[in-house]
Amino acid sequence: SVVLILFRTLLSSYRIEMERFADEADVVIVGGGPAGLSAAIRLKQLANEQEKELRVCLVEKASQIGAHTLSGACLEPSSLNELIPDWKERGAPLNTPVTEDVFSILTEKYRIPVPILPGLPMVNHGNYIVRLGNFVRWLGEQAEELGVELYPGYAASEVLFHEDGSVKGVATNDVGIAKDGSPKDVFERGMELHAKVTIFGEGCHGHLAKQLYKHFNLRENCEPQTYAIGLKEVWMIDEKKWRPGRVEHSVGWPLNRNTYGGSFLYHLNEGEPLVALGLVVGLDYTNPYLSPFREFQRWKHHPFVAPTLEGGHRIAYGARALNEGGLQSIPKLTFPGGLLIGCSPGFMNVPKIKGTHTAMKSGMLAAETIFAKVTAEDVESETAGLHVPEYAEALKSSWVWKELHAVRNIRPSFHNYFGLYGGMIYTGIFYWIFRGKEPWTLKHCGLDAHQLKPAKDCTPIEYPKPDGKISFDLLSSVALSGTNHEGDQPPHLTLKDDSVPVNRNLAVFDGPEQRFCPAGVYEYVPLESGDGMRLQINAQNCVHCKTCDIKDPSQNINWVVPEGGGGPAYNGM
Amino acid sequence: MSGRVLVGVKRVIDYAVKIRVKPDNSGVVTDGVKHSMNPFCEIAVEEAVKLKEKKLIKEVVAVSCGPQQAQETIRTALAMGADRGIHVQVTGKDYETLGPLQVSKILAALAKKEDAQLIILGKQAIDDDCNQTGQMTAALLDWPQGTFASEVSMEGDKLKVVREIDGGLEMIKINTPAVVSADLRLNTPRYATLPNIMKAKKKKIANVNPADLGVDLTSRVEILRVDEPPQRQAGVKVETVDDLVGKLKDTGRI
Repeated sequence: SVVLILFRTLLSSYRIEMERFADEADVVIVGGGPAGLSAAIRLKQLANEQEKELRVCLVEKASQIGAHTLSGACLEPSSLNELIPDWKERGAPLNTPVTEDVFSILTEKYRIPVPILPGLPMVNHGNYIVRLGNFVRWLGEQAEELGVELYPGYAASEVLFHEDGSVKGVATNDVGIAKDGSPKDVFERGMELHAKVTIFGEGCHGHLAKQLYKHFNLRENCEPQTYAIGLKEVWMIDEKKWRPGRVEHSVGWPLNRNTYGGSFLYHLNEGEPLVALGLVVGLDYTNPYLSPFREFQRWKHHPFVAPTLEGGHRIAYGARALNEGGLQSIPKLTFPGGLLIGCSPGFMNVPKIKGTHTAMKSGMLAAETIFAKVTAEDVESETAGLHVPEYAEALKSSWVWKELHAVRNIRPSFHNYFGLYGGMIYTGIFYWIFRGKEPWTLKHCGLDAHQLKPAKDCTPIEYPKPDGKISFDLLSSVALSGTNHEGDQPPHLTLKDDSVPVNRNLAVFDGPEQRFCPAGVYEYVPLESGDGMRLQINAQNCVHCKTCDIKDPSQNINWVVPEGGGGPAYNGM
Repeated sequence: MSGRVLVGVKRVIDYAVKIRVKPDNSGVVTDGVKHSMNPFCEIAVEEAVKLKEKKLIKEVVAVSCGPQQAQETIRTALAMGADRGIHVQVTGKDYETLGPLQVSKILAALAKKEDAQLIILGKQAIDDDCNQTGQMTAALLDWPQGTFASEVSMEGDKLKVVREIDGGLEMIKINTPAVVSADLRLNTPRYATLPNIMKAKKKKIANVNPADLGVDLTSRVEILRVDEPPQRQAGVKVETVDDLVGKLKDTGRI
């Protein structure tokens, strides 16, 4: 694009070597999360079984596998049982079977218990509370043992194409560029990884996936993706309050009935009295004064939640966007030379709030269909990059599709006057009784970014000050995420038009990015020269949640990947 | 002269991570926490590689002491340009109590074994801030030392070192073999690029036991307790100078 052309011109003016080192693999995987690692593991399992050589390379922008992983999480072990049946012997960190499952509707002071009837999507019997980052790290170890080449700390920043338009692979980003765009002494060009098939598993709202949607027109027959932001903390609590295996979910307060979202609080059982807790807020919220972070902080003060945390202390914080579009928002999954897996195209079962099992299965199916094609003797391909439409077919005939089909109407059913309550009634009737077999499919409301109402039509929300014991301020929270980036690099939160933030976002919506960013990246500060404001982007704080790229009402913010190794340093999140 | 340089690299908790003390106050939590190469060790590796690129030395050997994960740190050094690595295996309790005295004994033994002409270390590690290993290693070998180096140049078989000291900069000339410890401004370490990480997988890392080097790892130091720094108290604003003097008297400061 324009930026690349300008950069190349700049490089040649500095007489920097333009050629990049290139290497060939059979399959390149972008993203070391549950989906990418499951694909890698399955590929090598098949290769080893059939004694075939297969070079599988995986690049991951986090400095170590699992450092950018964040989830509740209640893992359904179905896909793991299929992928690695002897996971227990191999030490998979599934240490906390769910023993108690509680669902509530919260009001400001009270709690209405909701019975979890068998058959409702949020039944957790047979599932495990996991620290997903630790599970992902374990998957990484399994992958390495099988011979997968893992390269954490390297960010895939560019999709490479053959002359015929098919995907050739990816390139990692150039590093050692100063804030002003000039190359520093330590400048190094990125590297090209070529593959017969490239698997893209970047997680929710991947930046390369965005480019692929445009390039191959993958979204022409599906609805736009809709999202939520999940904020999470891990606490070490008083042992007396600890109930290992207990799962708590709530809806209602502090969100109003027209703002989708809910909370989770899971008691882990790994030797220490740890709880994982958080709030999920649908990004189709309409009030620009809403701050998901501050909603999360005030939710912790609820009389049903605070007692668990009193006497404890917080040890981790983080946030990540998650997709909620379900079946309706799944794009075309394959294109010549590559395919999409996991939360990137989006297979999350929203009412179950689980996406890991479906992400893993999609990775496994991708591996199986790719392996068959890559090792077939008589493969005829129209394009240099292999097209594997068999992956999409396999997915559509698998339990993943059945599951997503059954719950497809639950999330959209919240778009009614009664909001949350209408949605719960719909779920009760059509899911619990009819198992999602109703013949219609409800639509979403369009892009989350377009749902914000102008600030003048909305009421600012009075959030309580953090008390420093249960609730905290934003910056000390961000510090706990361990996030950091090399300071002297171009900000990776790019603006398509520099005048839009002040002229539109601030003028019309009172600068909602100041509130929806869970890391304090965006600040409107007064201009040094008299009156007026400017948008200050504190890129170093970024936790790679992608919310800004999703929720910016002007869709002016474009998240690109910073130098590899930067970002949060989550530990078992 | 062998033209061989030994570079010590230490795996430490990444500087941007918030440290957490273990609930039993025996140490800090390290399990699963992001680690990286000590920043001063990166500078040491960079200096060694630069000397090799200037053809002033022939081989850079990266050394790290620790458990299996120390190999990742050695690989990064290899990716930056070191030729081979030595992983001195120290695990468990020995690793918890591993400090400058033991490491300097190990480095001295290796320097003799490898016939090293120069040892370059970071001036200190960011986890213990000891700033002792370079100095102890030089003493054990009876070699000259150029510590807090912000500039290093070779002149024949002598080393010119500019040292950062409290009063400014001190320039010394020392004989080789010698020990140099790197300070912040010595250089800007290069990135370990992906192609170099791939190539580094083919470079050799030898596994060595401290016992084989004749080194006794027993620590002379016992850590009794680790605590977080005390919570910062809010400041108090006073209106007048008399108030200030009064408050200082009340708290026994004057």
